[in-house]
Amino acid sequence: MRNLVRSKRFWLVAPAVVYIAFFMAIPLLQMAYVSVLERGEYGGVNWGVFSFDAYRNFIFERDLMDNLMINTDYLQVFARSFGLSAMTMTFALILGFPTAFYISTQAQSRRNFLIFLVTIPFWTNILVRNYAWILLLRNGGLVDNLLGFFGWETGGLDILYTPYAVSIGLTYTYLPFMVLPIYASLEKLDHRLIEAAFDLGADKRRAMMRVILPLAAPGIAAGCILVFVPCLGAYVTPELLGGGKFNMIANLIGSQFGSARNWPFGAGLGFVLLAVVLLSMVAYSLKFKSLPEDKS
Amino acid sequence: MKVDTSNPLWRFRGVTSAAMMFFAYLYLPIVVLIALSFNENRLATIWTGFTTDWYLVALGNDDMLRAAGNSLIIAVSATVIATLAATLAALGMSSGNRFRGEAGVAAMLALPLLVPEIVTAVATLLFFVALGVKLGLLSVIVAHTVFCIPFAYLPIRARLEGMDPSLTEAAHDLYANEWKAFRRVTLPLLWPGIMSGAMLSFIISLDDFVISYFVGGAGATTLPIYIFGMIRMGITPEVNAVSALMLLVSILFVSVSFLIDRIRY
Amino acid sequence: MSEVVVSARSVSKSFGNGAGVVKALDDVSVDILQNEFFTMLGPSGCGKTTLLRLIGGFEQATAGEILLEGEALQDLPPYKRPINTVFQSYALFPHLTVRQNITFGLEMKGIDRKKANARADEMLELVQLAQYGDRVPSQLSGGQQQRIALARALAPAPKVLLLDEPLSALDLKLRKEMQVELKRLQTETGITFVFVTHDQEEALAMSDRIAVMQAGHILQIGAPEEIYERPTHRFVADFIGESNFLSGEIFSSADGAWSLRVEGVGEVVLAQESSTGKLGKVTVSIRPERLSLGHESEQGTDRLKGVVANKVYIGTDTAYRIHLGDGQPLLSVRVQNANGVTGHFSEGESVSVCIPSDAARVLVD
Repeated sequence: MRNLVRSKRFWLVAPAVVYIAFFMAIPLLQMAYVSVLERGEYGGVNWGVFSFDAYRNFIFERDLMDNLMINTDYLQVFARSFGLSAMTMTFALILGFPTAFYISTQAQSRRNFLIFLVTIPFWTNILVRNYAWILLLRNGGLVDNLLGFFGWETGGLDILYTPYAVSIGLTYTYLPFMVLPIYASLEKLDHRLIEAAFDLGADKRRAMMRVILPLAAPGIAAGCILVFVPCLGAYVTPELLGGGKFNMIANLIGSQFGSARNWPFGAGLGFVLLAVVLLSMVAYSLKFKSLPEDKS
Repeated sequence: MKVDTSNPLWRFRGVTSAAMMFFAYLYLPIVVLIALSFNENRLATIWTGFTTDWYLVALGNDDMLRAAGNSLIIAVSATVIATLAATLAALGMSSGNRFRGEAGVAAMLALPLLVPEIVTAVATLLFFVALGVKLGLLSVIVAHTVFCIPFAYLPIRARLEGMDPSLTEAAHDLYANEWKAFRRVTLPLLWPGIMSGAMLSFIISLDDFVISYFVGGAGATTLPIYIFGMIRMGITPEVNAVSALMLLVSILFVSVSFLIDRIRY
Repeated sequence: MSEVVVSARSVSKSFGNGAGVVKALDDVSVDILQNEFFTMLGPSGCGKTTLLRLIGGFEQATAGEILLEGEALQDLPPYKRPINTVFQSYALFPHLTVRQNITFGLEMKGIDRKKANARADEMLELVQLAQYGDRVPSQLSGGQQQRIALARALAPAPKVLLLDEPLSALDLKLRKEMQVELKRLQTETGITFVFVTHDQEEALAMSDRIAVMQAGHILQIGAPEEIYERPTHRFVADFIGESNFLSGEIFSSADGAWSLRVEGVGEVVLAQESSTGKLGKVTVSIRPERLSLGHESEQGTDRLKGVVANKVYIGTDTAYRIHLGDGQPLLSVRVQNANGVTGHFSEGESVSVCIPSDAARVLVD
């Protein structure tokens, strides 16, 4: 009987699990395999011919004399990606924590509505969201006009297609991911703890620093990971708001399958990006004994 | 946390203004985009009058309609397959005896949410090329189904979790066998979760750009890919109108999905 | 003697496997009779709900068997057992109306809609909610939901009705009402009720027989008076009502009567039926209301001397705690305030405690 139950459950989960295993887990493993193959002359790969060029290319290049030289181009892309992601995470935290706190102190029905408002942009098309920022940021766009209206003639803002524009767009795109997990941890917080802190002589600043922030730490950490990690893999925002001039890792990966025609290198970069994601998940679950999902 | 917000004890300096800034930041671009889509002026930044002409222009664009058609075919197919698989999986994962490998199954179901889109896109592309699959609508449907499964799974699972397990027992107690208990009790109670999950996976598929872009090939231009092309060519009022339409469709779907999910008996 | 309807034979049930095995029932045997209101009483975790679920078919016994009218039920799923359950949470189907809830079991049995609806009306009448058929459960109060759950379970006319702590979610007043109601339904329908509860008052008020359970065992089965007046185990005496426990030695005195010698306190005579016939060291249980207090000068073979340690006025009674001697627990004595006299003895006063010879019960353990 017990075995029968177990096997019934097995057959229920099987279609979804097998589907994801076949069309996602296996492709990811294959990608790792491709990253140690030789690139094909005209794109593609030479199956079965092993080469570590993909990983060597990341740091070194061969000059005309066939000497290995250090090439910083790709390192720069990585540095930019990590830098922009860290900046985005910081902005999102500065804006997201007070927002989550604000929502958590509202009446129940209002809370649900506000959380709904936070999630809506996530469900809208990412191209459209970034396109809206083009309309706002370009010279002669709304921001430019507004600044002019308040007497600050910029003579053309020249902010679109800069890292600043990319950063604004990234923050915009990933902001909701910061609010949701922080809200989830604040919502669970027993407000009597804060009252106890007041009662024991803590002023608001110290109640915040010594009681609220530490108790919200798992939510804050989850939020930071949920912003940082997808940000690292952002493709659309640098493409549209950076004008293709300030590429991030994802754009570099994408271009290996387009114009650069270096599939093993693209696969290697993808594998490295995946490793960063999985490692940060592992680090989080070791620290907080659960996965960084928003529980709201 | 349940507090009396009228009590000044709970007012922390800067919190309310930061929250207001947050919502302004979140909604300003959306509002501006929708407003500009009704602007008569071709330059799209100076307001000269209200018009719905750009919507007519956009809806008269055959290439765009074809792309929208592709998007619909893909989203509907991916949604149907994903919702079916997700419903079965949620039933299999729902309470009862724990089984060996449950954690592994849960990890597999969450995998599509963890892997960065670009990595999924290129890995899937490599996989299809290695298998010799011709890139087109079918390859996009297959790829979309993968990431639609967790989005359909989560609301269905949440609904099952919230269901009193003694309801199924009560059905059995009242002479309903396994199938009848499922058909008459579990399924009707699960239905809002299934609908909500289906609608979420539908918009996720409809809105996807990166994965379609890489595994689509020439024959499978979806609406987001078409819009991407238009944006690259330059800013036109037509793009504003199409973009606003996409926004509204997404917002409509997600709102309906949330309303369905709030149905309580 | 009535016929046996349900009988459990050496039933054991364990949960979990490997190192984490929990034994919920350990070699339990019991016969439940036709037409009786049978209660399984015990603290949470004693196995009473597990035994109920085994009878209902929601769990499988690890060992032993359960018979319904002499036939083994082991392989029958719940939907093939002519037994219905009232769940603790009521488990009313939220998407169906009250009437659809009640006809659910009838439809599943293949009874046609017209007959099923007629039966539903009959049931609604029985639980006095005739005009509520078209509502949905969420529009009903807790007490009403309770009645509908009863109507639904009774509608298919089961041979046995199982009730899993059905009154626990109700407030005290409603609970008292439902106790009377349940008893009435049981008498009117003539169906065997198997009732699970942790509330001893509830059990005493409604049951024909009570099985007191602890840690996977049935300690004692008997009518309410029997369980209360003649507990066999310390646990039973303690769980149901309040009890004093005196440890001492039983010896047979010169004139053939049995006496209990409490060390450092004195001796009292016990009635023949109080004893289990065992000599030597025993523990006896004595209900506080069976004791009475007298002036210290009063003497007799049924009396022990003591000092009032404290007293508390509790309305109908005054509760005294009497210090008998060093090393002995304080003896609890209830004196009724029937005459409005409450101040008989004061704290620190020496008294003599009267222990009627049939008040003490020698415990098995």
